[in-house]
Amino acid sequence: MSTPLEQSHWHITWNYFKTSRGGMIGLAFLVILLLAVIFADFIAPFDPALQNRQALLLPPAWTEAGHLPYLLGTDAVGRDILSRLIYGARYSIFIGCVVVSLSVIIGTLLGVIAGYYQGWVDTVIMRIMDIILAFPSLLLALGMVAVLGPSLINAMYAIALTMLPHFVRLTRANVMGEKNRDYVIASRVAGAGNLRLMFKTILPNCMAPLIVQATLSFSNAILDAAALGFLGMGAQPPTPEWGAMLAEAREFITRAWWVVTFPGLAILLTVLSINLVGDALRDALDPRMRRS
Amino acid sequence: MSLKRTLIATLLLGTLTTFSTSFAADKTFVYCSEGSPSGFNPQFYTDGTTFDAAGQSIYNRLVEFKPGETSISPALAESWEISADGTVYTFKLRKGVKFQTTKNFTPTRDFNADDVVFSFNRQLQKDHPYHKVSNGAYEYFTAMSMPDLLKSVEKVDDLTVRFTLARPEAPMLANLAMDFASILSAEYADAMMKAGTPEVVDNDPVGTGPFQLVAYQKDAMIRYKAHPDYWEGKPKIDNLVYAITPDNAVRWQKLQAGECHLMPFPNQADLEAMRKNPDMQVLEQEGLNIGYFAYNTQKKPFDDVRVRKALNMAINKPAIVEVVYQGAGKVAKNPIPPTMWGYNDAVQDDPYDVEGAKKLLAEAGVKDLKTNIWAMPVQRPYNPNARRMAEMIQADWKAIGVEAEIVTYEWAEYLERSKKGEHDTLLMGWTGDNGDPDNFLATLLGCDAVKDGSNRAFWCNNEFNDLVVKAKTLSSQDERAKLYQQAQEVFKKEAPWATIAHSVVHEVARKNVTGYKQSPFGLHVFKYVDLAE
Amino acid sequence: MLKFIFNKLLMLIPTLLGITLAAFLFVRLLPGDPVTVLTGERGVSVERKAELMAQLGLDQPLIVQYGYYLKNILSGDFGQSIATHKPVIDEFFSRLPATLELAFAAMLIAVLLGVPAGIIAAIKRGHWPDHVVMGVALTGYSMPIFWWGLLLIILFSTTLGWTPVSGRIDLIKYYFEAETNFMLIDAWRSGQAGAFGSVVHHLILPAVVLSTIPMAVIARQTRSAMLEVLGEDYIRTAYAKGLSPTRVIMVHALRNALITVVTVIGLQVGSLMAGAVLTETIFAWPGIGKWMIEAIARRDYPAVQGGLLFIAVAVMLVNLLVDVLYGWINPRVRDGK
Repeated sequence: MSTPLEQSHWHITWNYFKTSRGGMIGLAFLVILLLAVIFADFIAPFDPALQNRQALLLPPAWTEAGHLPYLLGTDAVGRDILSRLIYGARYSIFIGCVVVSLSVIIGTLLGVIAGYYQGWVDTVIMRIMDIILAFPSLLLALGMVAVLGPSLINAMYAIALTMLPHFVRLTRANVMGEKNRDYVIASRVAGAGNLRLMFKTILPNCMAPLIVQATLSFSNAILDAAALGFLGMGAQPPTPEWGAMLAEAREFITRAWWVVTFPGLAILLTVLSINLVGDALRDALDPRMRRS
Repeated sequence: MSLKRTLIATLLLGTLTTFSTSFAADKTFVYCSEGSPSGFNPQFYTDGTTFDAAGQSIYNRLVEFKPGETSISPALAESWEISADGTVYTFKLRKGVKFQTTKNFTPTRDFNADDVVFSFNRQLQKDHPYHKVSNGAYEYFTAMSMPDLLKSVEKVDDLTVRFTLARPEAPMLANLAMDFASILSAEYADAMMKAGTPEVVDNDPVGTGPFQLVAYQKDAMIRYKAHPDYWEGKPKIDNLVYAITPDNAVRWQKLQAGECHLMPFPNQADLEAMRKNPDMQVLEQEGLNIGYFAYNTQKKPFDDVRVRKALNMAINKPAIVEVVYQGAGKVAKNPIPPTMWGYNDAVQDDPYDVEGAKKLLAEAGVKDLKTNIWAMPVQRPYNPNARRMAEMIQADWKAIGVEAEIVTYEWAEYLERSKKGEHDTLLMGWTGDNGDPDNFLATLLGCDAVKDGSNRAFWCNNEFNDLVVKAKTLSSQDERAKLYQQAQEVFKKEAPWATIAHSVVHEVARKNVTGYKQSPFGLHVFKYVDLAE
Repeated sequence: MLKFIFNKLLMLIPTLLGITLAAFLFVRLLPGDPVTVLTGERGVSVERKAELMAQLGLDQPLIVQYGYYLKNILSGDFGQSIATHKPVIDEFFSRLPATLELAFAAMLIAVLLGVPAGIIAAIKRGHWPDHVVMGVALTGYSMPIFWWGLLLIILFSTTLGWTPVSGRIDLIKYYFEAETNFMLIDAWRSGQAGAFGSVVHHLILPAVVLSTIPMAVIARQTRSAMLEVLGEDYIRTAYAKGLSPTRVIMVHALRNALITVVTVIGLQVGSLMAGAVLTETIFAWPGIGKWMIEAIARRDYPAVQGGLLFIAVAVMLVNLLVDVLYGWINPRVRDGK
């Protein structure tokens, strides 16, 4: 991995990735989801907030009592579940992007600093990360949201915080491994400054594990946000976020299975797809796996 | 652990689950309660869950509410006299009432005046040796203004007690039937004080009530057994168990599975299925509550009565009652519930009239109104789903061109911010304490309540306030009722709230449960309950 | 070895201090105050509120409050729950057994199913058993368990009636004194016929739900650890010596793979706690996860503070234990550093 990244490197990775059937299935699902997210306004049959008081708790269209255009049925106030799921995908993707960006950027920054300078800076940063890690992530996020007030944005901050230590640790370990390599020393001799060394010379060579970690964090972010929504501490109704939809649907568990089943299924499939892609990506990026 | 040993262990567990046959000869009644009690001394707490678990089962009061009613009947006091000026209450106590015998305490005497004096003076006198025990905060006692109202509680003789008030207070007797007025044993308290463990009095309760505490496993269950010497006669069930089950869907599933006999607060969505189920009986009663929607009358444009009226007229209340209460509610036109004396049935509710609302709004010169609706984050009997209600009002208002944004905070913040009047309009509600109209009208709409923030419409109307204040000083219920009825007319004319609904409180029991009566106060009382074979 | 443990313990001290400060600040930053939540719709007068806040020590400057807090902790006083007026330490430890019982049962299921599944997948690498195991494991790993729990309740409790809906024992049939608060132990000691079975019966479904994610992680880790070990020279040598495949796998490969698995199990403690919060919420399980959620909702400062502190310390201690165990199994770690 000591060779700098090149165009061909990604090409090779993609070739390996293609051999993973699971990875391709996951990717296909994600592409479809992404299209749904972008074109939600065109493909969703209804406005997700539109209440039809004549169609309360309508079962899915293929059951006897159900009928089109309510393909997956309606919820307690007569909103189309399919439309809410499609718009809900927006929230999940958005949550994943924001959380991962936040924790990758801040985590990498702190990790590079800790790994590059070491000494007391390192000690302070790593102790703080230890403290964050000592609290179970969901409890920490719950507590954070309680402090900041329950909302989707605050839930995202909280989840980003719980993921921070993983990126810091990973980056730090990699930076420490790369720091004393020949190419870094050569750069330093050639007169490169600290900033340049940290971010231009060393960091690009630590990207592979970070990418894998970022993918896995993406799916964790979606799961945690849904859990917070379910506990009433994440997105607030009537936002069609999947976890919040589940929380709202819970009281109908014995009467209307579809309002409980579909949001959960949407979460499961999305998270599963991302994890499939993550697994395939890890195999593709890991030279040891390639050889075998 | 070796694989073999693990296998054996697994097999063992398997067989053990299959032969779980043992039955109790005793009658055990299981109540799927909705939460954990805060503790077992009802003087400290304000939540109904604690009253069910402590005040109603373990203790008695001087007077109590008649089963299923809001009127008073004698309990530990057999009779009473009120002085002509309404400030001195003299109670004659019941003879031969026994306290419970527990592992910590065996009573040597019957209930007497010392117990009454102890129970009240502990709360009243800041220098009472028991006042600070268990960090005592006597919330309800304070909330009902007892510290200002009660001048003294004295023993006249062993079976006579005298209460002296600072001013006449019409709802006093009703107040004494509330849970904070439960009677504890003075003898037990003295014994524990001597032993150096006074807080045991609050943790291992001893009362005169129908059931005595056997065990409490936190968040899981409370177990009682019948008090054998109970003064009304030993209860018909031998054991009473509260299976603590906070989730209403789970409570219903447990009830169906026969894991409990009675559940409170069913999920409205399940009611239909419950009624159809041949093993169940669904009990219902109008609750002593009001779910309301208050306008902040000190903010523009809600200071204009025409705007408030117009907004009221735009709200489709029957639709809300159907969707939010799933039919388990009744449209409200007055701020007090119809089960309460003094209810004015002649009052006409604002009609649902979209065109009329638009016109009235135009008349008031309000155009393109943008406002907010605050929705409470908690579920209450008077409002089972405030967010859903807010969404519906939002949609209704859109029809008359009013844009409203739904705002919600977590509960403490919601209460604090609304107390400061940060809202334009908000959803809120109230459940009665003592069945007295004063407890609604003065507490929620009086001018004094503007200052302490419990009047969240910030509405101080002299005409209304004078009527309510005057009613509190009279002792004749008929005269008081007349004043309250006038006050309700003023209220409707001025429309500081949209009165949304009174809930209908449901409880579901298995068919073989007999002798159970719903309490209008939302309490759960099991002393007369039996299980038919 | 002792020195190794001692060093590890020493390193914990600054983290521990940080945790107390975090738990303390955390709770002070919560908006709203316990007095307001307690009084609800009823409200409370400004004077009375000030009096109550003073009684709870909440009127002091933060730094003074923290000082008192540390001093009290050192003398074993973790404060009193505002909701119940009982010591937080009692509230916590009387609920801990319920969570431990659930967590142990879940871990047992996870290990009993996850390890063999991982081994099978490794041995049959690239064949259908591998695909099935890995597919199921990845699905389990991706599972929103709060939804999974609801589905299982619908299926096994409501529809089939095989398992009870919630609770820890059949309350109508059995009663015994709670001595340890571990229902399994209490039921066993009570000697009542069927009581133990009833407890197991109540424990199964929540434990299965909670085991889902650890089981998936363990299966995946066992597989990759096994694969790594199976490629090592000494295994090849063992085969070459003519040892039977079963023996090679059971004795040589498994023992080495277990080192990884032990670490993974240790690392799962934190996420197990997170899972417990959700599982306990769904099944109304009277453990600390549910208690913490309620305490946060009630703004019960001392309870939240104490709970967070105990949980963080527990997680740290388990990690320490794993480190020690790891060092014990694998001497290179201990001597290398």
